[in-house]
Amino acid sequence: MSKVIIEFKDVYKSFNGLLVHNGISLSIFEGEIMSLLGGSGSGKSVLLKELIGLIKPDKGIIMLMNENVHQMREDDLFKLREHVGMLFQSSALFDSLTVFENIAYPLREHFKLTEKEIKEVVEEKLQLVGLIGIENKMPAELSGGMKKRVGLARAFATEPEIILYDEPTTGLDPITAQRINELIIELRKKLGITAIVVTHDLHCVKTVSDRIAMLYEGKIVAIGTWEELKSSNIQTVKEFISGNICV
Amino acid sequence: MALQTIYGLSWYGAEMYVGSVVSLSLVRELGPVLTSIMVGARVGSGIAAEIGSMQVTEQIDAMRALGASPIKKLVTPKILAGMITLPLLTITADIIGIFGGMIIAIFELEIDRVFYLNSVLTTIKISDLISGTGKTVFFGFLIAVIGCYFGLRTSGGTKGVGHSTTMTVVTVSILILISDFFLTKLFLILF
Repeated sequence: MSKVIIEFKDVYKSFNGLLVHNGISLSIFEGEIMSLLGGSGSGKSVLLKELIGLIKPDKGIIMLMNENVHQMREDDLFKLREHVGMLFQSSALFDSLTVFENIAYPLREHFKLTEKEIKEVVEEKLQLVGLIGIENKMPAELSGGMKKRVGLARAFATEPEIILYDEPTTGLDPITAQRINELIIELRKKLGITAIVVTHDLHCVKTVSDRIAMLYEGKIVAIGTWEELKSSNIQTVKEFISGNICV
Repeated sequence: MALQTIYGLSWYGAEMYVGSVVSLSLVRELGPVLTSIMVGARVGSGIAAEIGSMQVTEQIDAMRALGASPIKKLVTPKILAGMITLPLLTITADIIGIFGGMIIAIFELEIDRVFYLNSVLTTIKISDLISGTGKTVFFGFLIAVIGCYFGLRTSGGTKGVGHSTTMTVVTVSILILISDFFLTKLFLILF
């Protein structure tokens, strides 16, 4: 964990006059799992979308793998996104495609694989998230938790260098949530994947994170390990941690 | 339409020209415009609703995040489909309309079928067909572009999807009528 792979430099963003990011600066190292904590509407998901160029910040610089994301041409940005997987809060599965086609989508976009190879990858990824035999189902036939796991399988189908998890365990039963936490750690261990985890699930934060950044009123008010945040003197951090979890 | 034409022509004792009037109005104006407005309302709103739903459920973001361009994957095929299918649908509508007129003419005026068809064939020229169907290539483009535009701009959940759908139908209908005037002028100059 030495090289900075993601960097936010003094990022500002507002929506309809509401300031969401008020000068955010944050560096994430290669192979690190960084969790973003903060109340609802604090702009955590927006930060992920800014990172891959889906939303443009009003001001500031965002560097991803040494590239200035918001000064890139759209074509170059698509190429850069090959290296990043994202699990969306709402799973965002393509509802006109089957589970198989959803997971195969990034493989077809980025690689020239045979149908047999695609099938093998899809089955392997589905097995990793504990879903076997649902390849031909449509997203509408799945429960919320299953959708989330298919979304996760799609996010790491191409085994990207970076994965952005937006609420990976929300809506899942405790056993599946724990499995997802283990998977996030396993992916880092096996493939050295860098990850940003946006979540309210403090158990998830505690289990997977190397460092945690806490967003409050558009700024990062604290950054450190779980233990460092737990012993923080900052009132907001203390309230957030003690008010949500029994540890 | 054939009925109204017969009524109007009867003032001048020119009912026999019903085939000519019906076919010319259909091929040059009514076929293209009515078909386009119908397709605009049905397909344009469908496109806006589909893409709008994808937008509010983050599927468009997901597509971009997975390295695919929504313009290439969603918008371009719809534009091409609109530009190819609308002229074909218009030709179908023209043919059905002309045959509908023939049935009315046969039963109302006891006009001979062959006479009616002859008057249609002698009236309609290639330039009329090009003028009528040529306009629909542009209308097909317009419907798909407007549907995609409002779809991609959708925000605010399911309410936003409804708003985009309504805006698409209204905009498509108005723009078809306005552009029809200019396209008609253009084709009159060209042919």
